[in-house]
Amino acid sequence: MASSNEIDPPGGPGNTLPSRVWALRGARAAMSIPALILTAAFVGYAGLARETGLSLTETLAMTGLIWALPSIVVLTGALSSGMGLVPAAIAVALASVRLMPMTMALMPMVKVEGKTKRWQLLIASHFVAVTAWVYAMRNLPDMPREARLPFFLGFGFAITSFVFCATGVAYLLVERLPPILAGSLFLLTPVYFLCSLWGASRLMADKLAMAIGLALGPVFFLYVPGLDLLWTGLGGGTAAYLIHRVVRRGLS
Amino acid sequence: MSDVAWWWPYVMIVVAGWLATDMWRWLGVLAGGRLREDSELFVWVRCVATALVAGVISKLILFPNGILADSPMWLRLVAAGAGFAAFLAVRQMVIVGVLAGEAVLIGGWLLLGGVPG
Repeated sequence: MASSNEIDPPGGPGNTLPSRVWALRGARAAMSIPALILTAAFVGYAGLARETGLSLTETLAMTGLIWALPSIVVLTGALSSGMGLVPAAIAVALASVRLMPMTMALMPMVKVEGKTKRWQLLIASHFVAVTAWVYAMRNLPDMPREARLPFFLGFGFAITSFVFCATGVAYLLVERLPPILAGSLFLLTPVYFLCSLWGASRLMADKLAMAIGLALGPVFFLYVPGLDLLWTGLGGGTAAYLIHRVVRRGLS
Repeated sequence: MSDVAWWWPYVMIVVAGWLATDMWRWLGVLAGGRLREDSELFVWVRCVATALVAGVISKLILFPNGILADSPMWLRLVAAGAGFAAFLAVRQMVIVGVLAGEAVLIGGWLLLGGVPG
């Protein structure tokens, strides 16, 4: 780890805004459509948690500590069925493998070579979940490099805190949603992801990966449940990458 | 869940929830630390991550949790497709896509006679 003890003024030359300002901008960006969509999804989850018999503190502990809805849903199922610690951990780990390539793809974007410390990235990584990830992939490249990590931290912290509180309130207040409303809350997330993932893909390879992933996801879900997302990512991503390479070579 | 100690769910949440999830994020930091934004490997990692998230999306639409599972699959597909088309048509505004998708789902669902229960 590089140990540079020079005291740099916040922001390098050509970037006069301090990190604090970028963190606040990130927080403000989160307090908009991303927070609304995610809140809607977690309001739906709060209902499920209550039906399952989880207490308020258990629901909130899962929301804050895990911070990835699919894994939270898997653990809820495990808790309610009295599954053992090891099988539950394996099930949750399988549901969260996707976070590793997502984090890997984000890291080169947020770090400043020779300046960003690894512990800062480890803290930031807790906020990696689909909502923050697609937002970051779409918007960070337009920002100065020094601004990206503070912006992402501000965004992640704000949206996590907001959704955490909203989940608690929903758990306490929402007795039972009208069924159509409850159902439509569950469709918000995929449509939101669909639009923002398309917006986040800059290369032809990304758009291709998205199309192939959409098609392969259900196939692998039916034939290799559990490992389906891993195979969708590796298979679909590699296929898209290879096609992209062939096409690019063919043109040049 | 009444026959287990009060603290047991929290052990489950910390070990099987937090550690089992965050370890992937930490591994991603360690493995992504050496990646360069302009490298071919990075393009591939992005493709893998994008395909994976796309897989999450189509699973959410085709095999949903909760009450949405009671709606016909074709209606969910049409609603998601309409949302995406509206998003593309109106200067790629995400909010337009989301609202259009919801309008089609709720409208179609009501026309079909709503949800039992």
